Amino acid sequence: MSEETKGLVRERITGRPEIFHREWFADYLWDLFCPGCQTPVVARAIAEVLVELGIGDKAIMVGCVGCSGILIGGFDLDRVSPAHGRGPDVATAIKRIHPDTIVFTVQGDGDCIAIGSSSLVGALTRSEKITIIMVNNTNFGTTGGQLGPTTLVGQVTTTSPQGRSPGVEGYPAHAAEMAATFKGVAYSARGSLHTPASYQRTKGYIRTAFQRQMDNVGTGFVEVITACPTNWHLTPVQSLSYIEEHVIPEFPLGEFRNVTSIE
Amino acid sequence: MAERILCEGNEAVGWGALSAGCQCFFGYPITPQNEIIEFLAREMPKRGAIFVQSQCETATINMLFGAAACGVRAMTSTSSPGWGLMQEGMSNLAAARLPCVVVLVQRVGPGVQRLTHSQQDYNSATKGGGGGGYKTIVLAPASVQETHDLMQLAFYLADLYRNPVVVLSDGLMGHVTEPLEVKTLDFGPLPEKDWAVAGQGQHADGKHVALGASYNPLKGETFVSYLVDMRDTYQQIEAAEVRYEEYRTDDADLVLVAYGYCARVSEEAADAARAEGLKAGVLRPITLWPFPGQVLRDLADRGCRFLVVEDSMGQMVDDVRIAVNGKAEISLADATFRHLSSEDGMIMPSRVLDEIRRLL
Repeated sequence: MSEETKGLVRERITGRPEIFHREWFADYLWDLFCPGCQTPVVARAIAEVLVELGIGDKAIMVGCVGCSGILIGGFDLDRVSPAHGRGPDVATAIKRIHPDTIVFTVQGDGDCIAIGSSSLVGALTRSEKITIIMVNNTNFGTTGGQLGPTTLVGQVTTTSPQGRSPGVEGYPAHAAEMAATFKGVAYSARGSLHTPASYQRTKGYIRTAFQRQMDNVGTGFVEVITACPTNWHLTPVQSLSYIEEHVIPEFPLGEFRNVTSIE
Repeated sequence: MAERILCEGNEAVGWGALSAGCQCFFGYPITPQNEIIEFLAREMPKRGAIFVQSQCETATINMLFGAAACGVRAMTSTSSPGWGLMQEGMSNLAAARLPCVVVLVQRVGPGVQRLTHSQQDYNSATKGGGGGGYKTIVLAPASVQETHDLMQLAFYLADLYRNPVVVLSDGLMGHVTEPLEVKTLDFGPLPEKDWAVAGQGQHADGKHVALGASYNPLKGETFVSYLVDMRDTYQQIEAAEVRYEEYRTDDADLVLVAYGYCARVSEEAADAARAEGLKAGVLRPITLWPFPGQVLRDLADRGCRFLVVEDSMGQMVDDVRIAVNGKAEISLADATFRHLSSEDGMIMPSRVLDEIRRLL
């Protein structure tokens, strides 16, 4: 990236929450994320929420492996990069040791409910007072667009070249609905970022999930649908229509569990 | 006055952890180490410490990663199949330079097999069994008291070198019952853990802390400089931390090399051999890595021969061969020396004595 472009990016993200690591994004954003990728938008929503709730100086981020894992450099917070899928385990220990901090994971769908499914279920079972943000782009992005647990029926990926077939690969996994079935979960929702209004709603979901942790109620889980133009083989703008027409019909948006106390 | 109790090896792990001020334990039930997690489930909450039973060993080792990243003294314990599941985590802990203690109570392998003692995890413990290129300090106790004491040393060495430490026990050492004096050992000062995560607002300089299982280019590290740093640490450990015990080796013609329960067996066999005028002694490595190679070389230069006694089909014997480097004859009393062919068998002093007679 040229110095001129870096300067432009720096200028454009001026005014964003201070937790958003401006220098890092200016230096690395376009090198590390594809055009039209919405993963950095998830980071922005989280950063805004942390600032609005006034919990930036006591938030600890646990990353992941995958496109969402790249984000870890973009937060000006204490942070830990765990093994693939093990964010909820790492977050469990940190939160137990530092109960006054705010501990959250940012994980891709592959990290969270493929390799990390047992870590997720373990944390939900124990009602860990952490916040889990799962970024769902319906495929394994970093490794080149392979089938993930969230891949849509019929979706072509490099490991489902004929399209996902229920007889072979089954059906998309619904993490937010699953999380909502756990008694120890205080909040579970699914949002998207494909319109300004959906961004605001999703930010609200993230805020509520963090609020439940601040109130020590139970686990918060937010699944965020994001565009992956590169691996969807669409333009960034087409990807937003694809979310509306194909992804949301499979993954309905909204809140699936929202309680302020658990008996 | 220090408390003196009668307890088994697995409980001594727990007492050692408490004596060391361990603040976090993560565990998953597996035989033959269940007494450890049951003891700590009972004792840690009483002391305001954290006990979490996880959903699997993969989770425990990653919880340990999180706890170690916070800079508190933390540990887990497991047996051989769980140890297998933990290897990715062990590699990550070593790569992230996170101090912690992992107790491995070995049982028969490979695979699931049965629930009794064995010494078949020597290689994966001492050579870095996960994604390659790392080493962990490995301490091998041979008594209940030493189990308790080495647990404390393990926490100290982990903190001193910012490296995971394995305490290598087995199903037999875990269940042998002996007197134990519970006491806190002082090994000296330790560096401050200014690298630990706590929330950015907690750091004096106001700057964030980032920890992960790889080199950090933002700190000016390159891949190779990171490898060199790790190698330098390993060389420091090799230079400073070799521990072993010699038993009647002064004038020995044959030195038995054994760790853990096999060392106890070997000492008994050496005594019996001495009673018959056969000059046998025992070299017992206490650190399996760093391995006490120099003392073996010195014994070889003096004309000693070696009999490695280990309850596997031969793993530590390779390190003895490397150390001796062809200068002396090396024999092996392995798992085929068990007094029963079932998993309940153990290497008995009488079989080792027979081998000493044959060799001398």
